[in-house]
Amino acid sequence: MPTVLVPGVLRAEAGGSAHLEVAAQGSLGAVLDELRERWPRLERRIRDENGVLRRYVNIYVDGEDCRRSGGLETPVPPAAEIQVLPSVAGG
Amino acid sequence: MTELLAIGTQKGLFLATSDDDRQSWKVSSAHFFGLAVYAVAIDTRGPTPRLLVGVDNSHFGPSVSVSDDLGASWQEPETAPLAFPADAGAAVERVWQIAPAGPAEPGVVYAGTQPSALFRSTDGGLTYELVRGLWEHPHRPDWGAGFGGQAVHTILPHPTDPQRVLVAMSTGGVYRTADGGKSWAPSNQGIKAYFLPDPWPEFGQCVHKVARDGADPERYYAQNHHGVYRSVDGGTSWQSIADTLPTDFGFPIVAHPRRGGTVWNFPLVADSQRHPVDLRCQVFRSTDAGDTWQPQRAGLPEDPNYPAVLRDAMCVDDAEPAGVYFGTRCGEVFASRDEGESWSAVAAHLPDILTVRAATV
Repeated sequence: MPTVLVPGVLRAEAGGSAHLEVAAQGSLGAVLDELRERWPRLERRIRDENGVLRRYVNIYVDGEDCRRSGGLETPVPPAAEIQVLPSVAGG
Repeated sequence: MTELLAIGTQKGLFLATSDDDRQSWKVSSAHFFGLAVYAVAIDTRGPTPRLLVGVDNSHFGPSVSVSDDLGASWQEPETAPLAFPADAGAAVERVWQIAPAGPAEPGVVYAGTQPSALFRSTDGGLTYELVRGLWEHPHRPDWGAGFGGQAVHTILPHPTDPQRVLVAMSTGGVYRTADGGKSWAPSNQGIKAYFLPDPWPEFGQCVHKVARDGADPERYYAQNHHGVYRSVDGGTSWQSIADTLPTDFGFPIVAHPRRGGTVWNFPLVADSQRHPVDLRCQVFRSTDAGDTWQPQRAGLPEDPNYPAVLRDAMCVDDAEPAGVYFGTRCGEVFASRDEGESWSAVAAHLPDILTVRAATV
């Protein structure tokens, strides 16, 4: 099963979990759709109401930045590790 | 009796309380530490006061949280409390204003957002729906964005007629509904837009803030991007009241909660010089509906003073005599318990002050 790694700042929105196992695979979008069903407070921190990845949120699928590998269409293999990280921004 | 002053800043919400009729204040540590709080409301219509906060996380988006225990705990629904429907093709970027409706609609709360839209809640501000009449207005494609973004920043539900609401946006100007939000009419006649080829357009003005008179619900005051105005006909037309002010630029304007004709603002030199007149921290008050204005600076800093006061960073409370409050972009908060005659510091060294709201709780 793919695993979503939740950054510390968002773990409260995932019941305190640092790792979430998801059934969805195939594409990153499908994984995020499952998050929306199971952990909606987490998912809406990652995507806006149009399903667009928020500007300052980065997602790496097996270490590859999804913005360079197909965005929400990025392939997600069965044992993929999906890491959600806030980008370096702010002040 | 406790007076609560909610202070929204660029890096969190601070709650100041006074139990001695506003003579001294105790300021909390930050709620939502690190997150920008552009909108705060204290809803005192119910048996328990409710705090509503528009929280802006630059990484993870906007939301609205509420507290029914004066900030001891906060709640937020599982699904987004405030979001555009799929067919709108837009996403909420920031909540700029939260405004409880009048006493005739105890569960109704309005929210104004960036991009310019109005949302309405019927469950006390937990969840909201888009007011489509304004969103689908034919003028919307021509509404612009000011330096702070494109947003509905002012919402004034009529105190006795739930069908009537006035909103203001930058840029776009003032719009009113008289049918509960189904249709909206621009209400900018007499407000100048010096920055447009036609300086007297039907809409497109950069209205910074509008306040309703405390005694006459048909009288409004507007602080514009250069220009200070009064309307005595419910917003149909506007007349300048800037003649005796030192400048016509500024952001906030607030009205006395009960006494007609009393209004405060915080003039800045000009669009290109956003600091107080004579570098002196000073509020101006009118007690004749803007015909004449007088400075009020007793107790305010006398040293050269540079920070501006943003559009939502001035408010009045509901006590007697009325309290007046403002916060600066340098994180200072000042309060007056005598309608501006004298001032004292509530807090200093806070982050950039974005909004203040006060009420007896």
